[in-house]
Amino acid sequence: MTKMRVLLSRLSGLFRKGNLEPDLDDELDFHLQMEISENVRRGMSPDAARSQAMQRFGGVARVKETYRETHSLPFFQVLWQDLRYGFRMLRRSPGFSLLAILCLTLGIGSNAAVYTWIEGILLRPFPLVAHQDRMLAIAGFNREVPRDPDVSWPDFQDFEKSCTLIDAFIVDRITGVTLAIGDKAETARASIVSANYFDALGVRPILGRGFEPEENSGRNAHPVTVINYQLWQSRYKSDPDIIGKTQMLDGLPHTIIGVAPPGFNGTFVGWSMQFWVPLSMQEKFDPGGYKLEDRGERWIEGFVRLKPGVTLQQAQAEISAVARRLETTYPATNRNHGVNLFPLWRTPFNNARTMFPTLGIALAVVIAILLIACANVGNLLLVRAFSRRHEMTIRLAVGAARNRLLRQLLTEGLILSTIAALGGSLMAYWCRNLFVLMLPARGGSRMNLPGEIDWRVLALSTGVCLISTLLFALVPALQTSKIDLTSALRSEAGGVVGGHRRGLVRSALVLVQVALSFVLLVGAGLLLQSLRGIQNISPGFSTGTLTTGVDFTAAGYDRQRSNNSQDALIDRLQALGGVQSVAVERTTPFGYRSYSSGPIAVDGYETAADRQIIVNYNEVGPAYLATMGIPLLAGREFTRADNETSQPVAIVNDVMAAQFWPGRDPVGSRLQVKGKWLQVVGVAKASKYERLMETPLPFFYVPVRQNAEGLGLVIRTSLPPPVMAKALAREVKALDQNLAPGEVITMQEQVDRTTAVQRTAVMLLAVFGGLALLLAAIGLYGVMSYTVSQSARELGLRMALGADRGNLVRLIMSNGLTLTIAGVVAGTAAALGLTRLMGAMLYKVSPRDPAIFVSAFLVMIVAASAACFLPAWRATRTDPVRALRD
Amino acid sequence: MPNDKTAAKADVLHGSLAFMVLRTLDTLGPQHGWGIARRIEQISGNALELNQGSLYPALLRLQQMGWITSKWGASESNRRARFYAITRAGKKQLAAEAANWQRISGILARFANPARESS
Repeated sequence: MTKMRVLLSRLSGLFRKGNLEPDLDDELDFHLQMEISENVRRGMSPDAARSQAMQRFGGVARVKETYRETHSLPFFQVLWQDLRYGFRMLRRSPGFSLLAILCLTLGIGSNAAVYTWIEGILLRPFPLVAHQDRMLAIAGFNREVPRDPDVSWPDFQDFEKSCTLIDAFIVDRITGVTLAIGDKAETARASIVSANYFDALGVRPILGRGFEPEENSGRNAHPVTVINYQLWQSRYKSDPDIIGKTQMLDGLPHTIIGVAPPGFNGTFVGWSMQFWVPLSMQEKFDPGGYKLEDRGERWIEGFVRLKPGVTLQQAQAEISAVARRLETTYPATNRNHGVNLFPLWRTPFNNARTMFPTLGIALAVVIAILLIACANVGNLLLVRAFSRRHEMTIRLAVGAARNRLLRQLLTEGLILSTIAALGGSLMAYWCRNLFVLMLPARGGSRMNLPGEIDWRVLALSTGVCLISTLLFALVPALQTSKIDLTSALRSEAGGVVGGHRRGLVRSALVLVQVALSFVLLVGAGLLLQSLRGIQNISPGFSTGTLTTGVDFTAAGYDRQRSNNSQDALIDRLQALGGVQSVAVERTTPFGYRSYSSGPIAVDGYETAADRQIIVNYNEVGPAYLATMGIPLLAGREFTRADNETSQPVAIVNDVMAAQFWPGRDPVGSRLQVKGKWLQVVGVAKASKYERLMETPLPFFYVPVRQNAEGLGLVIRTSLPPPVMAKALAREVKALDQNLAPGEVITMQEQVDRTTAVQRTAVMLLAVFGGLALLLAAIGLYGVMSYTVSQSARELGLRMALGADRGNLVRLIMSNGLTLTIAGVVAGTAAALGLTRLMGAMLYKVSPRDPAIFVSAFLVMIVAASAACFLPAWRATRTDPVRALRD
Repeated sequence: MPNDKTAAKADVLHGSLAFMVLRTLDTLGPQHGWGIARRIEQISGNALELNQGSLYPALLRLQQMGWITSKWGASESNRRARFYAITRAGKKQLAAEAANWQRISGILARFANPARESS
């Protein structure tokens, strides 16, 4: 209590210095006058009275000094002194200060920027959502089929009822909707959510309400929707009376019951939602029929929120136990099915998981950049510490404490890193949305991947700033504290090339920089090489084919009408000039929607009793293979005659043919899919289906009319995509103005989207690798030019003894290159260890690929030569006479 | 030769100045710095080596502790002077310190007269 009061009064004393001095002078003066007159009264002479009074008082100056120190906080006063002095020193050498601040800004700023990405994309991806630290993604798994992350609604409800450690279960299934505004139809993104969605997330609609519990059930019984704030502003002109109005969604009028608050974009990393509809509308918006009462229909993606203090492991154990119970209770639908909980950054069904490796690499890279920057600034400070030897020596000689000097140097470092941290935060602020720019846009709409600057990011940046200060300022500071007073007498120009012990520390710092940037170069090279490898893979179809979609069901068509309109549209498109063929498909290769899959059986192919063979397939229309440019190896394509009433048929790919009908022609054989027998009528060449890196997989096609609704169109045409898009829009509108045409892109772009992660990683590493190289070159340049300036006498002597310019250049260059090679050796050792961690991102490139290491080495040598040449050239300009005389 | 003259005087014991100031203000009421110094010298019978100047930082510290307050006023000779007064917290502190110094002087007395202790 008392201590607190003293501290406060002293703190305030820091700012009230002005009126302190005259008051104190008055008071002391009064004291002395009283003493003097007392002495005079006792009979002393005025002079004697005065000197007696002064003597008894003690030193006035010292009293004042003690008084002042007591009055405020000496620590802060010294700090203030150090700060002022530090600023003066930095202003005196602006080149040094600017370079140091620039290096640190790049280091701290790139760190802060990557933290904002990690925070905004992985750790707290959903703005406005409360308790994201307790939020987990819930995803199902099937022990027999990988990549099947969905959960059925009855299971979901059972988990909700039985799990005591979990606060809330939230359904969130992304879907597309077609909305009609006036005479225009457009597609938008929507989410099918459970009624508790907004309450559980702690998001309150700014107008109207969220969903009510009863809106979870009743087949298509609640056509209501909550709309996005931006949509409300742009499309509904911020209509204050919007609540209760209706909006056509997928051909059905929906009552708008709420407007989400600004900034809330839903809970899907990468995309923002425009509409939210309740669970009961599942059949309307999620293809494949009514699923709410079917335990075998798994379609839900969602989140759970843990109760406070519960760990992921505890919750996982509990929910696994429930899942096992469901397996025994409902073996028909639940055998081999379970659920996993994931932290948000590992969410399997949105973009978080694909971003994670890239951001991981980015983090490693920026830490390397920071270390390089610190080594660089450390070096610069060492140079200065050396040239400030005289100043330091004098300060020591007149009695400054060594730790006081240390403090001064650390303060100067702190000034540098604080300015850099401010600059870095600004840089992070500008770069917070940069990450998304490195990802390709999808049909003009950028993904929604904002960086998030919050107190955690700022705290981390502050921490980085402090740590880097210690890293770069401590070495020169410690060196200074070792100053030998007599060394002040030594001449500055008397060094020897590569001689000094201090030179050793500096060389070590450069070595670290070279090594780190070498590692980054190798990483960039490996990623570039594997990206090139990936892009050289032939997808097995024509990448010039266009793909788009027209969702008839979404416009409210029934199956029959949708089929007819689809045929009509295909006829219209095929009649256009420049269009060779058009075909329909359910799933576009390399898309977000996954293929249908099912257990298959083939006559004569034996499987283990309990094992099912699950194969993916696609539902396609007539002329699909020709349109996609996939070679037909045997048999025939589907035709319009392969419809609901004709014999069920299939086309298998050659991998499947070789596996199930080895040495035989499968055409004419039978194939059983989900218990239904199909006649194989053709064999297609295998292509890539989901990723370029996949190994050739068994796959087959079935006619779309016999199985599902066609959602996508592929078009073989010589028209460029924008022209085709216009033509498509025209034809679709002519057919029905409530239909919305989808985005028209080439299959090449469709494929490229799946390699976005690799390309982003390459771009990140290329940018940062270049930056690291630049910093290392600056460091090398600094060391070499300093060596040259410090060994002027030696160089002059050599010249006087007959060394020509070539000799001197060789001497300096070989010095710098030796340092570089040593750095590369250290870097190689580090890279061999580190690149293995990139294994998952590499394709057909060994993490130890010698060609890459050699290329990185060559780049390093070229950069180093460039950095050393200028100092070497300057060495040849040494005037021997002057160097020897000085 | 100040050293010769002051050799017989005692140093101000660490921490005891605050106690003396508090006692003085408690006894005499509000006083200016010179008055306090005079009083301390009187009480100690001029046997104390007090640097009068060191009184002022001590007064500041006591104010910071909240044990005394100060106020500008007119002195007996009608000059502007700063007057110090003890606060309630100061009185409490004084009582505590008085007990403490009593104890310490008792202990020191026993060291000063070892014969009495052993008999």
